[in-house]
Amino acid sequence: MSHFGSYDERVKNFDWKISENELGYKEGDPINIGWYCTDRICEMGKADKPALIWEGPTGNEKRYTYNDLRLTSNTIGSFLRSLGIKNEDRVCLFMDKIPELYLGFLGILKIGAIAQPLFSAFGDESLFIRLENAQTKAIITQKKHAPKIRKIIDKMPWLEHIIIVDQDPAKPLQEREVSFNLDEAPKVETFDIFPTYAESPSVLHYTSGTTGQPKGVKHVHASLISQYLTAKWVLDLHDDDIYWCTADPGWVTGTSYGIIGAFSNGVTQCILDAGFSADNWYRFIEKHKVSVWYSAPTAIRSLMKAGDDVVKRYNLSSLRHLASVGEPLNSEAVIWSEKVFGKPFLDTYWQTETGCMVITNFPDMKIKPGSMGKGFPGIIATVVDPETYEPFEESGKMGLIAIKPGWPSMMRTYWNNEETYQKKFVNGWYIPGDRSSIDNEGYFWFVGRDDDVINTGGHLVSPFEVESALLEHEAVAESAVVAKPDFVNMEVVKAFVTLKPGFTASKELDLQIMNFVRKKLSPLAMPQEIEFVETLPKTRSGKIMRRILHAKEWGEEIGDTSTLEED
Amino acid sequence: MEEMLAAVREYVIDEYVEDDSEVTYDTPLISGGIVDSFSMVSLKRFLENKYNISIPDDKATPEAFDSINKICVLVKEYIG
Repeated sequence: MSHFGSYDERVKNFDWKISENELGYKEGDPINIGWYCTDRICEMGKADKPALIWEGPTGNEKRYTYNDLRLTSNTIGSFLRSLGIKNEDRVCLFMDKIPELYLGFLGILKIGAIAQPLFSAFGDESLFIRLENAQTKAIITQKKHAPKIRKIIDKMPWLEHIIIVDQDPAKPLQEREVSFNLDEAPKVETFDIFPTYAESPSVLHYTSGTTGQPKGVKHVHASLISQYLTAKWVLDLHDDDIYWCTADPGWVTGTSYGIIGAFSNGVTQCILDAGFSADNWYRFIEKHKVSVWYSAPTAIRSLMKAGDDVVKRYNLSSLRHLASVGEPLNSEAVIWSEKVFGKPFLDTYWQTETGCMVITNFPDMKIKPGSMGKGFPGIIATVVDPETYEPFEESGKMGLIAIKPGWPSMMRTYWNNEETYQKKFVNGWYIPGDRSSIDNEGYFWFVGRDDDVINTGGHLVSPFEVESALLEHEAVAESAVVAKPDFVNMEVVKAFVTLKPGFTASKELDLQIMNFVRKKLSPLAMPQEIEFVETLPKTRSGKIMRRILHAKEWGEEIGDTSTLEED
Repeated sequence: MEEMLAAVREYVIDEYVEDDSEVTYDTPLISGGIVDSFSMVSLKRFLENKYNISIPDDKATPEAFDSINKICVLVKEYIG
């Protein structure tokens, strides 16, 4: 029996107080996510329950109980305080999926500081832009990623501490670096947790838009109320579950459901810190008897591509409930998962700004393969006319997804960018920027983004950022970046490039430019294809018309070209 | 073969390793997190350019790219 039960009943009787009561929280009380994910679970009598089972690239394993989670997060919090880190200071987590990332996140929250997780594959420019925007005071990292920070340290006078968690004692530390080895640090039993409140800032996640720099999405400690309940009801987390969220905490799924949702529900969570391979993933599920699996369409399609035979080599009978997030889950993937795992992946829709699932499929609700499902109880979601921003009265019409603001995990602002934040609200609706329709049974059907942002493997990439990076390459005169369809990643980055005089298109230059962007920004932002062209389509005022290039890639009608510059 | 192994190793270290970590011919590249699935595209492109071959997408799997030794076995198949 699932926690959720009947959709109609849940909607009819819903109040976020259901979550608050289960958490034992009352309006006006202090609320600290770090405490709720560790100390509270211990106080509930689960101190010795396994909380985190971590497996590294070589199969090495580390295990932490809830009491270990409490002690290690205390220890990290205490160390940060000893460096002078205070509440609301930004502390960046720039690590692979190692235990210190999860425990550090909780330690940062316990001292009231703001956790700023960044994807460890980011290049130095992507890192600098985000650290500069947040004026980050400290960064916790691994020795393998320290060179990227050293490259830009001179430009970051505000960054006071670079904390390296695996420093080789034989090697000297460099400017502002400090070594912190969690395994060797004396554990802190009693810790004075900072009394954060509902509106105290907790997490700063960066997301990309069509234009301008990445935006820092500010969340607060009250987000727990949404994340706890959505994890319980949609992921259907039960006390005896072994849960695996494959997302990296550099992105919002990895924190909302890879840390907060899981630990506040007191379940046992497994983490695999290794690159993708179908064999390794199935082996991991079999070994740890994973029962609830939250993954992404890109990974599911990669598993489909690996074939059905590899599935048969493993005993995956522990799997009870599967869900997916990142980009729309195509119906073929849902049908395939039913065939090979005996259960469908349930698609969940949300984004960095929403902090929790807002439109989703539920256990025990009829699944329509390819549909995003229905609004979570308490979330008023609809589709509005893109001209009037009024909800459509008839079903089946395509428009913009719109959500009534006000749920606990809704972002509070974009860091240092209130103006852009305000633009996300029109006619009393929060507009996430996605197009959809709703059928006559209330199910949402995703159509696409309403802007030029590229969704590759579930991660948003700004064409503007990639174009800017391309222009820094010595050979590139102009560039235009669009999404290109891709079976596994849904979309990948494609660049159209004109060259400066003296440079000639070649396979070597193509690879050189790809690697240039990869190192500067990230592997996600690296163009998977570069097309060298003589000219780019522009308006008469000289603006590059990405729309025409996008239409060409997707085999769509080019549309109105009346403003196109003539050769 | 030795020359190819050395050339691929040099490229992997130059392009994908930030610190002074050791990379042997058997170091797990994909499962070890040194090369991610997006970066595999540039590694494949390097191999195709250098050895003037075309590796079909369905052969460029995480398993086939998981070590320098495995990559060179794959490349040799297409060199003929």
